[in-house]
Amino acid sequence: MRFGQITYDLSHLLGGAVLLLSFVLLYQRRIGAVINAFAMQGTLLALAAAWAAHAQGVRGLYLTALLAFVVKGVLIPLALHRLVRQLNLHRTVETALGVGPSMIAGVALVGLSILAVLPATEAVSALTRENLAFALSVVLLGMLMMITRRNAISQVIGLLSLENGLILAAVGVAGMPLVVELSTMALVLMVAIVAGVFAFQIRERFDTLDTGSLEEHRGERR
Amino acid sequence: MMPLQWAIVFFPWAGALALAAVPNLRHATLGNIAVSTGTFLLAVALAMQPFGQQGWTHTDALNLPFVLVTGFVGLTTAVFSAATLDQEGFDHWRIRAYHAAYQIFMGAQLLALLADNLGVMWVAIEIATLATVSMVAVHRTPAAFEAAWKFFILCGVGIALALFGTIVLYLAAQPLLNAETGLSWVALMEVAARCEPATLSLAFAFLLLGYGTKAGLVPLHSWLPDAHAEGPVPISAVLSGLLLNAAMLAVLRAKAIVGANPDAVTPGPFLLALGLASVLLASLALWRRGDARRFFAWSSIEHMGIAAFAFGLGGPAANLAGLLHLIGHSLVKSAVFFGVGRAAQVKGSQKIADIGGLVATHPALGWGLAIAIAAIAGMPPFLLFASEFRLFTAAAEIPWLALPLAIGMVVALAALVTVLQALCFGPPTPDAAGALDGWREAAAAAPLWLHLAVAAALGIAMPAGLAAMLMAAARVAG
Repeated sequence: MRFGQITYDLSHLLGGAVLLLSFVLLYQRRIGAVINAFAMQGTLLALAAAWAAHAQGVRGLYLTALLAFVVKGVLIPLALHRLVRQLNLHRTVETALGVGPSMIAGVALVGLSILAVLPATEAVSALTRENLAFALSVVLLGMLMMITRRNAISQVIGLLSLENGLILAAVGVAGMPLVVELSTMALVLMVAIVAGVFAFQIRERFDTLDTGSLEEHRGERR
Repeated sequence: MMPLQWAIVFFPWAGALALAAVPNLRHATLGNIAVSTGTFLLAVALAMQPFGQQGWTHTDALNLPFVLVTGFVGLTTAVFSAATLDQEGFDHWRIRAYHAAYQIFMGAQLLALLADNLGVMWVAIEIATLATVSMVAVHRTPAAFEAAWKFFILCGVGIALALFGTIVLYLAAQPLLNAETGLSWVALMEVAARCEPATLSLAFAFLLLGYGTKAGLVPLHSWLPDAHAEGPVPISAVLSGLLLNAAMLAVLRAKAIVGANPDAVTPGPFLLALGLASVLLASLALWRRGDARRFFAWSSIEHMGIAAFAFGLGGPAANLAGLLHLIGHSLVKSAVFFGVGRAAQVKGSQKIADIGGLVATHPALGWGLAIAIAAIAGMPPFLLFASEFRLFTAAAEIPWLALPLAIGMVVALAALVTVLQALCFGPPTPDAAGALDGWREAAAAAPLWLHLAVAAALGIAMPAGLAAMLMAAARVAG
């Protein structure tokens, strides 16, 4: 597989689109838009997984794609929208680092992941290693979002988008054993974390979803 | 019949299903003891069998001692939990959830230890994390939610990074292995020397960060003290005594694979750096704690640091010291949490200032806790003394590394002695709760003394079979 073949081109297009959505997540200022961008990223990830299923001839990956679409493209965004409405949260995203600096840091992280992955994987096929570089970028951008957003929902979305990067990495490695099981279990973890947002009712307890206010309940300051 | 290696995982999980249906406190705690006894007997039976591979699981010298420790600590914690759980004030839903989560955790912990397939090990550690998060949050106070949320988010990121590392590791071995054995640790060890070294190094970075978060190594530790302090008391014992071991063994297995390749990055210095940072930071942090359970959680960070330091030094002698240290820490730290947890229930507060003079008012508890704290500080004749002695013998060749470690450990020792005097000897503080009725007070103190007895016995005269197994494990770990 090389540049110019439809398999290669399309999986790069989809991987690149997932990465692009990670940047879109970074510059949103309204919480609703962040959730929509995340839904879009989940849908694109589902497409990438479905294409990988077709290209590698692994039927199980269609299941991964379906789960990614249903859970991350539809259910989690709906649940989060509902939560935002129900709790009447601040609709703006509170940032610890401005949008401009976050974008610059994001570009630097993409550069970092390319510099880390490409020299380290010279023995692997070009498609796989470049996919892995995309995936690592998505992972790092997810972490960046978790660090630079003060709002609990944005942090959860950062973690969810980080996990999108993991699935992108897993489906990009042809022949990976247990890939369907692992990606499903990763999804279970994420669903549990979203359920945690509801179960812990942070708003009810703390009057805001801003995790800064959680700090007061930290350890020994009681 | 199901192979023993699978039965020991599925038995607690089946027990979890059954216990979820029991709303009565007394029945549920007794059921919990019964299931834990069964698991412990299965662990003993497993230890009698020769090593072998069974599907995605395997037994070797490295995991078998920890399976035994897990079965043992799981059983004693269930006894302690049965004696003291009414102090937590659970309604019947929480009784169901608590016991089900406890057994789910036990099964996942055993699977994480026994897994040969790194993917299965990852899934097991994830399940164990989910089960413990729900237990940390069970009190539903703001502080418990904060602790559980931090635990969840930080370990969520850690687990995610570990999965990324697992994927990259497979990528490194892909040309040499087929899809069937691609994630098998045994198979990976065989081909590690011929894998692409750069890819292997990249995988190690992610695995170390990921599982290192779960093991509570500085600077990835910040979830650990709160998670240990806010859950029900028995959970602190299994979190500190068991889950940290599973994470540390995962780090050790990753280190063994990467270390087997001469051209890949040398993993030792990374573990040495994280370990030393953990010991030094924890030794200072111990002086600033006012909360007894957080204090001993920080002490767990220190001990994980010591074990990481030993594994970082590498070689059979240091590895053996590290493995002994993990086992000793499991036994003694869970004993400390039994003592501190019971003391906090008696005094109605877990602040160090509110707990004092236990020896005078509650001799069995007070002396047990005093000896346990001395043991965790590395006093002879307990196992932790033996392991620390061996570690310094191994580290003596590199004095510039051994010296800061020794300073950290001495500073921590001084903090432990200070707290030991405050908790056990100083002037007695008033009790908030009366004594438990009859057998339950004895059952709450018995696990503590039993752990101390085992730790002392292993420190003085380790059974030859176990010693030989640990020697072999130290060589397996490379």
